[in-house]
Amino acid sequence: MTADLVVVGAGVVGAACAYFASLAGLRVVVVERGALAGGTSSAGEGNLLVSDKEEGPELDLALYSQRIWREDLGPHAGLWEFESKGGLVVAASDEGLASLRELSVHQRRCGVEVRDVARDELRDHEPHLSPGLAGGAFYPQDAQVQPMLVVAHLLRLAREAGARVRTRTEVTGFLRDGDRVTGVRTTGGDIPAGAVLNAAGTWAGGVADLARVHVPVLPRRGFILVTEPLPARTIRHKVYAAEYVGDVASSDAALQTSPVVEGTGAGTILIGSSRERVGFDRTVSAKAVGTLAAKAIALFPMLREVRAMRTYLGFRPYCPDHLPVIGPDPRAPGLWHACGHEGAGIGLSAGTGRLIAQALAGDEPDLDLTPFAPDRFPVAEEALR
Amino acid sequence: MPDTYDVAVVGAGPAGLAAAVESAAAGLGVVLIDAAGQPGGQYWRHYDENHARPDDRRGHHGLRTFTRLRERLDVLIGAGRIRYLPGHQVWLITRGEGGEFTLRLTPTTSPATDGTDGLSRAETARALILCPGGYDRQLPVPGWDLPGVMAAGGAQALLKGHRTLAGRRAVVAGTGPFLLPVATGLARAGAGVAAVVEANGTLGWLRDPVGTMSVPGKGVEALQYAALMARHRVPYRRGTVIREILGEGRVEAVRIARVDRADGRLAGPEEEIAADLVALGWGFTPSLELPLMLGAQTRRDVDGSLVVVVDDLQRSTVGGVYVAGEATGVGGAALAVAEGRLSAVALAVALRRAPESSREAVTAVIRRLRGEIRRGRRFAAAMHRAYPVPVAWTRWLTGSTLVCRCEEVSYGDLVRACRDLGAQDARTLKMLARPGMGWCQGRVCGFATAEIAACLNRRETTAEDLRPLSTRSLAVPVTLGELAALADDAPGG
Amino acid sequence: MTYQMTFRGAAVPAEPGQSVGAALVAAGILDWRTTRVGGRPRGMFCGIGVCFDCLITVDGVPNRRACLVPARDGMTLGDDAGDTVGREDGDAGHV
Repeated sequence: MTADLVVVGAGVVGAACAYFASLAGLRVVVVERGALAGGTSSAGEGNLLVSDKEEGPELDLALYSQRIWREDLGPHAGLWEFESKGGLVVAASDEGLASLRELSVHQRRCGVEVRDVARDELRDHEPHLSPGLAGGAFYPQDAQVQPMLVVAHLLRLAREAGARVRTRTEVTGFLRDGDRVTGVRTTGGDIPAGAVLNAAGTWAGGVADLARVHVPVLPRRGFILVTEPLPARTIRHKVYAAEYVGDVASSDAALQTSPVVEGTGAGTILIGSSRERVGFDRTVSAKAVGTLAAKAIALFPMLREVRAMRTYLGFRPYCPDHLPVIGPDPRAPGLWHACGHEGAGIGLSAGTGRLIAQALAGDEPDLDLTPFAPDRFPVAEEALR
Repeated sequence: MPDTYDVAVVGAGPAGLAAAVESAAAGLGVVLIDAAGQPGGQYWRHYDENHARPDDRRGHHGLRTFTRLRERLDVLIGAGRIRYLPGHQVWLITRGEGGEFTLRLTPTTSPATDGTDGLSRAETARALILCPGGYDRQLPVPGWDLPGVMAAGGAQALLKGHRTLAGRRAVVAGTGPFLLPVATGLARAGAGVAAVVEANGTLGWLRDPVGTMSVPGKGVEALQYAALMARHRVPYRRGTVIREILGEGRVEAVRIARVDRADGRLAGPEEEIAADLVALGWGFTPSLELPLMLGAQTRRDVDGSLVVVVDDLQRSTVGGVYVAGEATGVGGAALAVAEGRLSAVALAVALRRAPESSREAVTAVIRRLRGEIRRGRRFAAAMHRAYPVPVAWTRWLTGSTLVCRCEEVSYGDLVRACRDLGAQDARTLKMLARPGMGWCQGRVCGFATAEIAACLNRRETTAEDLRPLSTRSLAVPVTLGELAALADDAPGG
Repeated sequence: MTYQMTFRGAAVPAEPGQSVGAALVAAGILDWRTTRVGGRPRGMFCGIGVCFDCLITVDGVPNRRACLVPARDGMTLGDDAGDTVGREDGDAGHV
């Protein structure tokens, strides 16, 4: 078996890259050591958000991805339950509201649609919101998908375009010709390839190590609570507190929780999000889930008597500067990366896949990939590992 | 911060009762937590003692063992050596830095809104003896969600626990010796039992020399049931299964068919039997959420169910966590009692509470219990081999047959997720098609979904398939108010 | 004595010690809620608190397990709006 491109990892980013590369005519092989979407892709809420991003390259990528989701992938939107539900960011205090307004000024300049929501308009958007909030902002572009279905269908479509998907196949090393990467060694045999794409998410650092290059991707654990099914439209949008934006951008290792509450078509309410750096510890943290519940109740007091049916956790792949790694690796020609999307991987996957396919085909990508360069990390930060 | 007990025993069925009583007798400080309002578990379920009638316990087996354990329990509670918390379910267990376990409890029936109203609580203990028991294992069949279709154990629970006959004309179906007490119980209470529909042969284990010799009393028990079946003229239809349950809005009839003895493939003519109650059971599913939450190793047992791996002292692979009863392998009440006792004695020795003077006596007790458990396991294995879930059972399903009752996921949905979307294992299947995502969190459809995932991918079911459908991050649903109380008070955080 | 409860306006007797679900079954009432997607009738299934099929509103509190809640004199059962409200969207598969 040979390939133009071997994609390492069948998560949402790997699936999107495989899909767009297959459409571009490349012969693609996806290798995955576990099952489809077995890592972080199945542990999130399926957010396609612009609201939580400050001005900068990540927001550019999020807006670009919005276009890809709605245009290139638009015909398939029903397959993965794409829902343009909109996001409502709320502030508890006047100071919080002031910084939210300031954020939105910058966001608008970049092309984000934002509508200011006054204190007395909040409950028109969400009837069950706590009455004590200062105000908010509504982001109509924020949307949601079912990420497992995204992965499964993108890979199905890629297969129909000629791609092959090999699950339970672990990459154990790289085929090399000098510095050049010429394929992968796997538990299922060698696969020579013109290019290898590291889309291993939270585990991408380990894959990079096998190629003797360093990519500092670390796990940042998060919990989500799932409630009993409630009547439709009990909670209509993705609703979160303004402090979430700060928590996302923070590099603190300690537990941070900011409430993110939204309904799903299945009737359940999803409650995120916590962030902590505890390695790959999979035990349920009473403090983390307790704090999530308490903060969700503060936003929606009616949730106090609603039951949680389960909680799940995942490990966001995060880099020290909170930007993903996208593009060719000059330290190992033939090796490419698309990883480190932290908690935004579902949303950013579409744009990432399109850009990778463009660059692999030798075209000028629609977005400048320089901010995402694999070798951008200074030595001092690498030493933090 | 509450007192720390030496041991928390979870479950007050045969295993848990024996474990709690034996632990306290050995001098350990015990808290006994049980979901039910009174002890006995599913096996010794009985009517509310506050409103008891003399005939409530008719047809109960092993009642003498229960009465004796119950008397000892009452004495030990009275003496303050067992703290008994009925009516509470454990929904989360975490571990503190000192290794102690914190168990979060929620009332079984009255909804608690937060942690401050005295309803929701936490207990801590140095060790755990988990005796969570099990419930009827189910295989989906067309029409099984019609009102009037119940788990076999549910029909029996209505009788034993609530003096309620769930129908006038019953069909009891599935496989295994448990169908017999359910059928005879219904008949004795006045229902017509139109048939016991048994997929396998009859009493096959009586011909298994190793199994039968292991537990002699079981042969007598089986003959008693056979006699009762004859007295009530209950037809015993061997080698047959329910093909479809029929009715508009409620059960009206079942269609049964003969199956191939070797693999359960449909083999014979179909026949319709009128019924207003259908009681289904295909063996038992152990409740494993607590052991799995703690990280205990599990395996697939002879009967295909996921069970906890324990050593010959009932120790799981997690330090300080003992497991007894059905959770270590379905085997019935007598075996569960022996395992409960052994776990308590072993724990007392480990905590150095067994008196020096009686060391020899303790060793003898351990030896005797181990022998009893070995024989019980041999018998259980023979029984499981005689009453297997037929290999070809998924062939009975149609595309529209519901597999997950909660989320209303059909067999056709599962086929599409495997064939079109590439689900190769039960976890992926669950994520793509939602079986096991509803209220019961896979308790009812978990076994079937795991088997379907394996079958559609043309391979044997593995423990890996069963685990994601047996694991529950919260052992029972709790209000967000109760969860929120963890925010400030989170030992083992 | 016998308890009297009300289910959708009709009187349902219960013996002290029975569960709400048992009393309904004894009164010939086999279903008391409908499912979210298919609108199918559901009542008692596992009978021991495992399956959550028998969810019912008891005195205004939704989604209680009928097989476990002890019957009390004067209880009002049913009107389980929480589980039967129609949905406008499909069965989105959020995990």
